[in-house]
Amino acid sequence: MLFMIYTTGCDFLTVLRMYGIGVGVPQHERTGMLDANAETEIRMGVSREQGTQSIQGHPSDEDCVAEFVGATKRFGAILAADRINLRIRRGEFLSFLGPSGCGKTTALRMLAGFEAPSDGMVRIDGQDVSRVPAYARPVNMVFQHYALFPHMTVAQNIGYGLRQVRPKLAKSEIAARVEAALAKVRLDAFGARRTWELSGGQQQRVALARAIINEPKLLLLDEPMAALDAKLRGEMQRELLDLQRSLGITFVLVTHDQEEALSMSDRICIMGAGRIVQVGTPQDLYDRPRNRYVADFVGKANILNGEVLSRQAGLARIALAEGTEVLVPEAEADTRRHVDIAVRPEALRLAVPGEDAMLRARITHRTFLGDHTEYLLQADGIGALQVNVPRQAERAMGGQGVGDEVHILWTAGTGLVLAAEE
Amino acid sequence: MTRERARALLLMPAGIWYGVLLLFPLAVVLVFSFGERNPIGGYAPGFTLEQYANLPARFAAFRNTLTLAPLGTLAALIIAYPLAYYLALKVSARWKTTLLILVIVPFWTSILIRSYAWIYLLGGNGIPALLEAVGLGDIRLINTPFAVLVGIVYGYLPLMVFPIYVALEKLDRSLLEAAADLGTPPWRSFLQITLPLSMPGVLTGSMLVFILLTGEFLIPAILGGGKVFFVGNALVDLFLQSRNWAFGSAVAVALIVIMLIVVALYSRAVRRFGAGRDDVGLM
Repeated sequence: MLFMIYTTGCDFLTVLRMYGIGVGVPQHERTGMLDANAETEIRMGVSREQGTQSIQGHPSDEDCVAEFVGATKRFGAILAADRINLRIRRGEFLSFLGPSGCGKTTALRMLAGFEAPSDGMVRIDGQDVSRVPAYARPVNMVFQHYALFPHMTVAQNIGYGLRQVRPKLAKSEIAARVEAALAKVRLDAFGARRTWELSGGQQQRVALARAIINEPKLLLLDEPMAALDAKLRGEMQRELLDLQRSLGITFVLVTHDQEEALSMSDRICIMGAGRIVQVGTPQDLYDRPRNRYVADFVGKANILNGEVLSRQAGLARIALAEGTEVLVPEAEADTRRHVDIAVRPEALRLAVPGEDAMLRARITHRTFLGDHTEYLLQADGIGALQVNVPRQAERAMGGQGVGDEVHILWTAGTGLVLAAEE
Repeated sequence: MTRERARALLLMPAGIWYGVLLLFPLAVVLVFSFGERNPIGGYAPGFTLEQYANLPARFAAFRNTLTLAPLGTLAALIIAYPLAYYLALKVSARWKTTLLILVIVPFWTSILIRSYAWIYLLGGNGIPALLEAVGLGDIRLINTPFAVLVGIVYGYLPLMVFPIYVALEKLDRSLLEAAADLGTPPWRSFLQITLPLSMPGVLTGSMLVFILLTGEFLIPAILGGGKVFFVGNALVDLFLQSRNWAFGSAVAVALIVIMLIVVALYSRAVRRFGAGRDDVGLM
């Protein structure tokens, strides 16, 4: 049985135009497919960047506050960072995202000056700082466990950076700036307290105030939210964003929490095995993951294997199983016969009674989550698939439960052919 | 009820230890110090302040103890701190254990034997002979206060190294990174972060060494040749030789009182420094 899953009479170019793909656009721009809402992205870019330039483009020289140039770090036989090339744009919120051991912390520590690259270099404001020690860099950090000085009060902790300035600043100026920093992180009444008397959230605000008081060019944040409970984390994330907007300082965050990275960042740099796997806006990474690693790490994705039957203008006709064909956009020019396809659980639909039968599957699990329901399905010839159905759409379905048969609608152009992993 | 009983039971060994081995002997010494010397030696009951009035007779012993014990403590601290710092922060994990064991190896033989080794080293055929060979003239080391100082620093160094090592070992390295991150060069972050935070170890080590030094009698006896004697030597003399228990007790009580005052002052000073502002005094 053959399921025709694309509308007959609709040619490839029409499909392409439907998804906003122009012909003759440079390769890196051409990845824009599917639900990529170019308009939304540009709007986001303008609001965050005060209209400097499109958020997706490569930062120009004067726009670039820091840069990794082939930066490599070896610890004995371990390659912690492998030829990292990345430009950080002035004023942006950039996150390094990846599992532990992926090199994200090493990258951050090379920016801070705690590690010198074994090879390549790190530039800040165009200057090679690879051999400049941490204390001489215009960069400050919020440490994972805050690293507050236990023998100093909150105010002394916050003023510490100012007291290191040579020639020395006037005591009155230091006091005034500490006062202002305390107010900025809403700890006005806590200056005389000991750091261990504060809650985790308050300690983090002290660490933040201490790190911004010297007005660094880059503020580095090393998993700062890891020790906070979920509710506090959300609050702190919003506070961080507000702070970044009001200060205009470039923030570089290291995290393994994809939600944190997605919700806060202008751009995310996904790392794996010491290398950069993909850099892009959160929407970019979610909609156009380059490969399986990114698709798996950012959001949930069904990863399916299929055989390419034909290719035309960025769309590949792929057989998932005997007689089951789908039309999937392909981000990069490719000649492979067997490819992986990623498709988000919410991009698939379950058919309502009366709709054309498409891909047949059986429900193995149903998890009701309020606004949507997760269906785990066993699809004929394909295997396990997850489909998220919005509550609204679920009401229109026939009320099928575990063990029942459903039909999956795979609209032409849904999903993405993944690049091979290096 | 049972909880309280269990607690009492568990605390009993410590209580007995305190009472029988600490408070009772102290009480005996205190009572003896107000007594008189028995004509045939030992203690005769009585109540007189005569023994305390006699204390100036032992002034030299107190003077030696109260100069050499602080000096020895200071010298031990100055030598031990860099060693502990190196062991805790610089040496690789592979060598750490070996080096730590080397610090305690001397404890495996008696201090008596080790002090005799110093007799040779500081005696005419030892270091002075070497110094003479390089043309530094005739220098006598043995039986001088300096020899006693060398002996006590040598003997008590490990007791100073370990508390400081422990304090430095548990120092959170990210604090040093935070200091560097905020613009502090290494030498300044040592004074502002490392030193203040290792003060508990410095305090413990100094107390340990100082308290033991004030009671020391073996090293002055061996390396001081009877010329440089401590209160400890006076006590040995009074209790074992002249058998003047009452006066000996008065000397002991006087030493305890002096020590209490010194220790209280010292710990207050150090604690104030440790918990104090990082930018006062040192910079």
